[in-house]
Amino acid sequence: MKPCPEEIVQYMHDYLDGEITRRDEQILKEHLEKCPDCQEHMDQLSRSVAFLSSASHIEAPEGFSSRIMASLPKERQSAGLRRWFGRHPMLAAVAMFMLLAGITLFSNFNTSDGQLAVSTQPNLVIEGNKVIVPEGEKVEGDLFVRNGELHIEGEVEGDVTVINGSKYMASTAVVSGRIEEIDRAFEWLWYTIKSGIKDGLSVFEGPDAGDEEE
Amino acid sequence: MEDIVKKRIKQVLKGDQSAFEEIVSLYQNRLYQVCYRMLGNRHEAEDIAQEAFIRAYINLHTFDQKRKFSTWLYRIATNLCIDRIRKKKPDTFLDAPVPGTDGLDHYSSLAHDAPLPEEEVEKMEQQERVQYEISRLPDKYRSAIVLRYIEELPLQEISEILELPLGTVKTRIHRGREALRKQMKKL
Repeated sequence: MKPCPEEIVQYMHDYLDGEITRRDEQILKEHLEKCPDCQEHMDQLSRSVAFLSSASHIEAPEGFSSRIMASLPKERQSAGLRRWFGRHPMLAAVAMFMLLAGITLFSNFNTSDGQLAVSTQPNLVIEGNKVIVPEGEKVEGDLFVRNGELHIEGEVEGDVTVINGSKYMASTAVVSGRIEEIDRAFEWLWYTIKSGIKDGLSVFEGPDAGDEEE
Repeated sequence: MEDIVKKRIKQVLKGDQSAFEEIVSLYQNRLYQVCYRMLGNRHEAEDIAQEAFIRAYINLHTFDQKRKFSTWLYRIATNLCIDRIRKKKPDTFLDAPVPGTDGLDHYSSLAHDAPLPEEEVEKMEQQERVQYEISRLPDKYRSAIVLRYIEELPLQEISEILELPLGTVKTRIHRGREALRKQMKKL
């Protein structure tokens, strides 16, 4: 028996790839009819392929996509913010308003002057940013200190107001009017604005209230 | 479907991470299946498929949006699978049974290194046998055969996924088929 033409196996694969020409297919058919070995070869190939195609469909395990989402690198903040704004336009507007109002207030309080400002009473002693009411002295009228430390050792006849500063009262100190420290109130106000924003807009960090001068 | 995917890709590129989840759910089964058939182990398949999606996310800006997304994704996954097969050491999985499997992993992992005795093979369930036969294929042919007969992809797409000329893909599939035929002569 003469050996089979070499191209027959190639034709078999072309046939299985669905890329055989009519002419080659005819040659293959005719050959297979008279060659049981090649017919067997062809059958084995077809069976192998059919067997593989019988593989059952495999699905990803449960929770697969959420595990992936959880392990992705953290997204940029701007995107989260933008998405949040898209989803809650009203809340976003309110939060934005509060934020801007807060910032304005904050900058007014904090930076409008920046420098020590004291009401003018003749017997006050000023050392750097320290304002002293000396022991034994009596300051008449309302006392006002901004951006400074107030040490009261003597007597003040009137209200004491300290803005953005601190106040020390010696045991000898006497103040006849009200004592008010604005930055405390301001801090509280800032705190409420900030926590309101934080609750609504967790991705956004407001400027740190700790920037205030102590 | 490609349109939805392209829309989501744009969203992800703008920084909207959550848009990626839809992409994952659209492709997760196909990608997991390829990995499973290539690696023969559910645990590893999940590992690699997950890694493929994460790499796709990180490198999304390099994806040419004029191309088909699935091709790009398959390429990442098959490359990772091939790397894993090359690095694979038997002790990494033999002593770690994977819950919810039916002995497939054990057989197929073993099989890659040493063929099983014939009587063992004959006792196998059909699905087990399919995986066993795939795992016995040389790595070179395995990816082409899996993409052709499990994923049922056209030759042209396989050539793009594997970044091989069409002729090379055909040769690999032909040789893969011949290898299968020899493995399963007595089927």
